[in-house]
Amino acid sequence: MDWQGQKLAEQLMQILLVAFAVVAFATGYTIGSFQTMILIYAGGVVLTTLVTVPNWPFFNRHPLKWLDPIEAEKHPKLQPQQPSSSSKKKSSKK
Amino acid sequence: MHSFGYRANALLTFALTILALMCAMASLSDNLNSPSPSAEIQILNINWFQRHPDGNDEVSLTLNITADLQSLFTWNTKQVFVFVAAEYETPKNSLNQVSLWDGIIPAKEHAKFWIQTPNKYRLIDQGGNLRGKEFNFTLHWHVMPKTGKMFADKIVMSGYRLPEEYR
Repeated sequence: MDWQGQKLAEQLMQILLVAFAVVAFATGYTIGSFQTMILIYAGGVVLTTLVTVPNWPFFNRHPLKWLDPIEAEKHPKLQPQQPSSSSKKKSSKK
Repeated sequence: MHSFGYRANALLTFALTILALMCAMASLSDNLNSPSPSAEIQILNINWFQRHPDGNDEVSLTLNITADLQSLFTWNTKQVFVFVAAEYETPKNSLNQVSLWDGIIPAKEHAKFWIQTPNKYRLIDQGGNLRGKEFNFTLHWHVMPKTGKMFADKIVMSGYRLPEEYR
């Protein structure tokens, strides 16, 4: 799962659960059945699990683009300038 | 959220938090209900009334209990426990409560009832104070919710009197 997919999965999880909770509570309260509320919410939790927990393909639409190894070799890291820095250290120690 | 386990854990935690919240709201919604229960108790017969060798009075009654407790039930009610107590005052104790009958009402359909019964539990006074005693019948109830706060209340019915003589 890529970065965008992780963000999407978390948001989907939260929105779906809250939405199911609201629907379940409203339905249960209106028809006066506690059991209905629990059943609707349980169904919602199962559905949300199926949607957000497995690593579905639509969570992998934004793969990270790494630089080619060849590209990296063209721009080698700068070497630190050894002589000047070492002399400074010696002087400071004295 | 990078792995299966993390996502499953996050979902479970959030789902249970919301469930707890829903239960709290269900319990709070019970406060919107304003019940109007009614009850009536008649003494059909005084079966016997005697003094024990140790000096305690005991009376046996046949009661007719009529009650309508349907308005106590809400969507969050598991069951209602009711009991009838005889309450009276004696020189030694300012309040004596003796439970005479109890019952569990499992559903709203059974909450409007009448029952004719001898007292289920014995009415014995701690002493010989029952002759000519004026007393109250009190119908107590405890509403047991599916989740959340338990409610209790009572109806007091006064103006009953026991006979002057043992029989």
